Amino acid sequence: MKGNAYTLLAPALLVMMACGIVPMGFVFFYAVHDTFMGNSFVWVGLDWFQAILTSPDFHAAATRSLGFALLLLLVEVPLGLFIALRMPAKGFLSSLYIVLLAIPLLTPTIVVGYLWKILVAPKAGLFYEAAAALGLTYDMNNPVVVWLTLIAMDAWHWTSLIVLLCFAGLRAIPEDYYRAARIDGASRWAVFRYIQLPKLRMVLLIGILLRFMDGFMIYTEAYVVTRGGPGVATTFLSHELVQTALIQFDLGQGGALAVICFAFIALFSFLLFRLIVPKHSGTAA
Amino acid sequence: MKTRIPLAATFYVALLMVPFYWLILMSVKSNKEIMSGISFWPQEPTFANFQLIFSDAGWYLGYVNALVYVAINVALSVSVAIPAAYAFSRLRFAGGRALFFGFLLFRMMAPAILLVPFVQIFSDLNLIDTHIAVAVAHCFFNVPLAIWILEGFISAIPREMDDLAKIDGYGPVAFSIKILLPQIAPGIAVTAFFCFMFSWVEFLISNGLTTTDAKPIGGIITRAGGVLAANVSLLSAASVLGLIPGIVLIIFVRKHLVRGFSMGRVV
Repeated sequence: MKGNAYTLLAPALLVMMACGIVPMGFVFFYAVHDTFMGNSFVWVGLDWFQAILTSPDFHAAATRSLGFALLLLLVEVPLGLFIALRMPAKGFLSSLYIVLLAIPLLTPTIVVGYLWKILVAPKAGLFYEAAAALGLTYDMNNPVVVWLTLIAMDAWHWTSLIVLLCFAGLRAIPEDYYRAARIDGASRWAVFRYIQLPKLRMVLLIGILLRFMDGFMIYTEAYVVTRGGPGVATTFLSHELVQTALIQFDLGQGGALAVICFAFIALFSFLLFRLIVPKHSGTAA
Repeated sequence: MKTRIPLAATFYVALLMVPFYWLILMSVKSNKEIMSGISFWPQEPTFANFQLIFSDAGWYLGYVNALVYVAINVALSVSVAIPAAYAFSRLRFAGGRALFFGFLLFRMMAPAILLVPFVQIFSDLNLIDTHIAVAVAHCFFNVPLAIWILEGFISAIPREMDDLAKIDGYGPVAFSIKILLPQIAPGIAVTAFFCFMFSWVEFLISNGLTTTDAKPIGGIITRAGGVLAANVSLLSAASVLGLIPGIVLIIFVRKHLVRGFSMGRVV
C-alpha cells in the first residue's frame, strides 16, 4: 500500500470536506452576514461578535458550560481512575465488569435523558421517592439540586470511559515494573505515583480531552431532564446555539456564537494535543 | 490478596446498573401500577408495550432507520480511514502533523455548531429525511476517530512487515488485502465499534436532519414524549429496546474492547 501520502488521504479528505470543512465555511459565512429568511445576505463584519461578546447572557452561559465541564472532570477523572485501579485484572469478573461498564456508553443520549427524567419524577422516580422516604423533597426547581442531578447523570453515563481507558493503560504496564517495586519495598502509594500514574498519562489526557469537550457542549441529555431550567440555571452554550440559530432562526448571531465556541474548542484541543501527540515520532503520532 | 472480591469495583458496577433496572421495571409495569406507588418488583408484569412497539411501523421503523444510517456511517468511516491511517502511520510528508491535528479537531467539534449548515446543505441537495444525510453528517466525528484508532493499530505492526512484503513481490493491492487487513482485523472491529457507538447515541443531528422516513428511534421517543407525557411505561419500553443493539455489539467485541480503549497502542 506504499504510495503517495496524499493519494491515501484523499478519500478521508473528501469526506471531511463534505461533512466538516464546507459546513464550517457556512458557519463562518453566517457569522459575518445578516440575512432575511436565509435568502439575501448583507455583510455586517464583526457586528455579531461584538453583540455576543458584550452580552451578559453569553457570559453567563459560557460560565455555566465551563463550570459544568470542569465539575465533570473533577468527579469523573478521579472516580474513573480509582475504579480502574480496583478492577479485577483478569478472569470472568473482569470481562463481565468491562461489558457492564460499557453499557452506559452505548446508551442513546435521548434515553439517558429520559431515564434520568423518570428517576427524579414524582411517583415513578426512584430518587424522588427515596428522598421522600427520608422526609426530603427532590426539588427540581432548586438550581443546586438540578446541577447535582446533571452531574450525577453525566458521571453515570461517562465515568466508564475513564475507567476503561485507565484499565487499558494499566494492563499495558509490564509485570516486571511491579516486581521491581516489590523488591524495593515500595508502598502502594509509591507504586501508584511513580509507576502507574506516569504510564496512564496518555490515556488520562485523552479521557480529559474527550470528556471536557463533550461536557462543555452538552445538549441532549441536559435538555431532556431540565429544559434549561429552572430559569436559565442549566442553559448551556449548545442550548443557546440551537435556540438562536434554529428556533429564533437568527443565522448571523447563531453563526457568530458557533465560531466563538469553535475558537474555544480549537484552542483547548491544541493545548492538549501538544501533550498527547508526541513531537519526535514520525509524521504525526 | 489477588483472589478477594474486588469490593469497590463490584459496588460501582452494581450502582451503574440501578438506573437500567429501574428502566426495565418501568417498561413491564402498567401506567396504573407505576402511578399507584413505588415498588421494586412488578406486581402484574405486562409486555403490552413491547407488543405495541413491534406491531406499529411508526415505532419499530425508528430502530431500523437508526441502524441503517449507523451501518452506512460505519462502513464509510472505516473504509476511508484505513488508507489515511496507513499514511499517517508509515509515511512522512509535509504538513502531516498539522493535518492529523486538523482531523482530530473535527472530532472535538460539537453537533450544535454544525447543525444549521447541515440542515441548509442537505435541504439544498434534497437529502433531508434520508439515511445517507445522517450517515454523511456523522462522519465529521467518526472519520477522525477512526483514523486515530487505526493509526495506533497500524503503528503497532513492525515496519519490517511492509518491507518483507515488498521483497516478496506484493503490490499495493495484494499487500492491503492479504497482509495489512488481516493484521489489523481486531483494530477494524474495535474502530467499527467506536464509530457505531458515537453514531448510535447521537441525537441532535440525526433528529434535526430527519422528519418521517428516516426518523431514528430517539426522535420518535421525543415526539411521543411530547404527546404522551404520562405514558412512562411505553416510553420506557421504547428506551429499553434502544439499549439492545449496543449491548449485543459490546458482547461481540468484548475481547478486543480493552485494546481499543488504549487507542490501539500498547501504551
